[in-house]
Amino acid sequence: MTLTALDPDPLHLASKGRLPRWASPAIALACAVLLLLVFAITPADGRADYLVTLAVVFLVVQFAISYAVEGGRKARDRLAAAAAVTGLFLALLPLVAILGFTIVKGMKRFDVTFLTHSMRNVADSDPGGGAYHAIIGTLEQVGIASLFSVPLGLLVSIYLVEYGGGRRFARLVSTFVDVMTGLPSIIAGLFVLSFWGLVLHQGFSGFAGSLALTVIMLPVVVRTTEEMLRLVPPALREAAFALGVRKWRTVLSVVLPTALAGITTGVMLAVARVVGETAPVLLTVFGTSSINTNPFSGPQESLPLFVFSEAGLPNNTAVDRAWSGALTLIILVLLLTTAARLLTRRSAPRGR
Amino acid sequence: MQPGAISGSKDANKGRWLDVGFRRLSVGSAVLVLIILVAIALFLLQQALPAIHKDTANFLTEQQWRPDDTPAVFGIAALLYGTLVTAFLAMLMALPVAVGVALWLTQYGPRALARPLGYVVDLLAAVPSVVFGLWGLIYLVPKMIPLSAWLSTYFGWIPIFKSDAIFGKSIFTASVVLAIMVLPVIAAVTREVFLQVPRENQEAALALGSTRWEMIRLAVLPYGRSGLISAAVLGFGRALGETIAVALVLSANYTVSAHLLTPGGNTIAANIANTFGEAGSLGRGALIASGLVLFVITLAVNFGARAIVARRREFTAAT
Repeated sequence: MTLTALDPDPLHLASKGRLPRWASPAIALACAVLLLLVFAITPADGRADYLVTLAVVFLVVQFAISYAVEGGRKARDRLAAAAAVTGLFLALLPLVAILGFTIVKGMKRFDVTFLTHSMRNVADSDPGGGAYHAIIGTLEQVGIASLFSVPLGLLVSIYLVEYGGGRRFARLVSTFVDVMTGLPSIIAGLFVLSFWGLVLHQGFSGFAGSLALTVIMLPVVVRTTEEMLRLVPPALREAAFALGVRKWRTVLSVVLPTALAGITTGVMLAVARVVGETAPVLLTVFGTSSINTNPFSGPQESLPLFVFSEAGLPNNTAVDRAWSGALTLIILVLLLTTAARLLTRRSAPRGR
Repeated sequence: MQPGAISGSKDANKGRWLDVGFRRLSVGSAVLVLIILVAIALFLLQQALPAIHKDTANFLTEQQWRPDDTPAVFGIAALLYGTLVTAFLAMLMALPVAVGVALWLTQYGPRALARPLGYVVDLLAAVPSVVFGLWGLIYLVPKMIPLSAWLSTYFGWIPIFKSDAIFGKSIFTASVVLAIMVLPVIAAVTREVFLQVPRENQEAALALGSTRWEMIRLAVLPYGRSGLISAAVLGFGRALGETIAVALVLSANYTVSAHLLTPGGNTIAANIANTFGEAGSLGRGALIASGLVLFVITLAVNFGARAIVARRREFTAAT
C-alpha cells in the first residue's frame, strides 16, 4: 500500500465550496430587507417582533445556504457563531433598555428638592417631596453593615487562607460561606425579624436593617477578599518569617497591605450588592416618610424601600419619584462598581 | 523553630501571646459564620413551628393563605408552585442566552469589543432588583399584553398558553422579568469560567482540524461544565428568592394554575413582601414558616449542585 492511497482530505473540507467573507453580512442584509417587505404588506408589526423574526430567519437561512455550499460541519459552526451573537443582542437589548429607561424617566424628578426633602406631609399625588430621608437611611444602614461585615469577613478569609490550609474545619467554613452566598436575601430579613424583633423584642430600626444586610454582605466580603489574599505570593510571607517576624505581624503588615487594593475592590462590590437590597430592609427597617437620623430607634427609610413603596402607588407623581429613586440607586451602584474596577486595574497583586 | 524565636525573650513572649490571640480571633470569626447559618435555621424553626401548629389546614397541601382568620387557614402549595415555576421558566429563558453571551465574550468577539462589553455585563449584574421590578411594572407589563394575547390565540390549544383573561400581570411576565434579571449574573460567572479554559486545550482541538464550534464542544464546554453548573445554581437561587421584582409585577392570588398567561399566581418571597405590613402575630409566624420552606429549597438546590460538581470532578480525575 502506498501513501497515495490515503485520503488527502479526510475531513472533506476542501471538497466542499466555501462561502466568501462577506456572505454573512450579505445574508443578514437580504433577510432584513425581505422581512421589511413582509412586515409592510402583512398585519404583523412592532420593532421587537421584527428583530426577533429577523434573528430567527437569519439563523435558518444562513444555516441552509452554508449547509448546501460548505457542508454540515461548517454550517453548524456558522449557526453556533450566529446564535452567540443573537444571544448577546437578546441579552443586551432589554438590559440597556432598562438602564436608558431609568435614566430618561428618572431625570424628570432628579432635582435639588428630591435630594434635600423628605416625604413628610407630602401626599402621594403631590408633585414635590424627595428621598433625603431614604438616602440618609441607606447610607447609615449600609455603613453600619460594612462596619460589622468588613472586619469580620476579613478575619474569616485570613483564617481560610493563612491558618485553614485545607483542614476539615476550613473546608466546612468554606462550604457554609458558599451556602450563605446563595441564601435569598429575604431569609436574612426573616432571620433578623425573628431573632431581633420577636425573640429579643426590639422594634423596627435602621440597626436591625444593618444586621440583616451584614448577613448578606459577610459571605461576599469573605469570597472576594479570600481570592485576593490567595494572590499574595507565598515568597513574601516566607521572607517575613525568615526575618523572624511573627505570623500575626506578617499577616497585618505584609499580606494585608499587599492585597489592600484588591480587598478594597471586594468591599466596594459587596457594598454595591447590598445597597440595592429591598427585601431584608422591608422586614427590619419598615419604612417611614419622615427623616430619622438615629439608626437605633424607630423605623427608618431606605432608598430601595422608597422606590418599592412609591412604585406601588397609583399616582404618576409617586411613580416619577420611584424612577428618580431608582436612578439614584443606579448612580450609587455605578460609582461603586466603576471605582472598584479602576482600583483593580491600577494596583491588583497580579494583573488579569 | 518557631518564627520569632530568635528575638529577645520578653519580646518573644509578648509576640507569642499576640500570635495566639490573633489566631483565636480569626478562628472565632470563622466559627461565627457557622453559628450565623445554624442560628438562621433555628430561629426560623422556632418561630415557624408554633404557627404551623395553629394552622387548621394542611400546611403542605393547602392553597389558601389566611393565617389571621379564626380559624387560621394557610398552606404553602400555591406559593411553592409559583416560586418553582417562575424560577424554572426564568432559567429556561436565561441560561441558553447567558451561555451564548459568555461564549461570544470569550470565544467569538473581537478583544476590543469583548472587554468593555464584559464590564457592561458585570455592571448589569449589580443593578438592584427593585429597578428591574419598577421597569417590569411600568414598561414590560403593558407590552406583555399583546404578546400574551398572541400566544393565547395561536397556541391556546396547549393548556399552559390557554387563558380567558389577559392583563399582563401573570406568572409568565414574572418569569420574563426574573430571566432578564438573572441573565447578567449567570453570564458574568460563566464568562469568568470560560476565560479559565487552558489555551493548550483549545489550540489542540483547533490543530486537529476542528471548526470553532467543535473546539468549543470539545474543549471549552467540558472544561467549564462544573463552573457552568455553579453559575446556573447561583442564578436559580436568585430567581427562587427574588422578592421585590416579582412582588411588583404579579397580581397576587393563591391558586395553583397551569395557565401561565392568566393573571395571578404568587411566590413565597413576594407573598412575604406583600402581606408582611398587614400581618398579625400569627400571620408573621406563618410568613416565617413559608420562609423556612424557601430556605430548605435553596439549601437542597445548593447541596445538590455541589454533589453533582464533586462527582464530576472525581470522574474527570479518574480518567
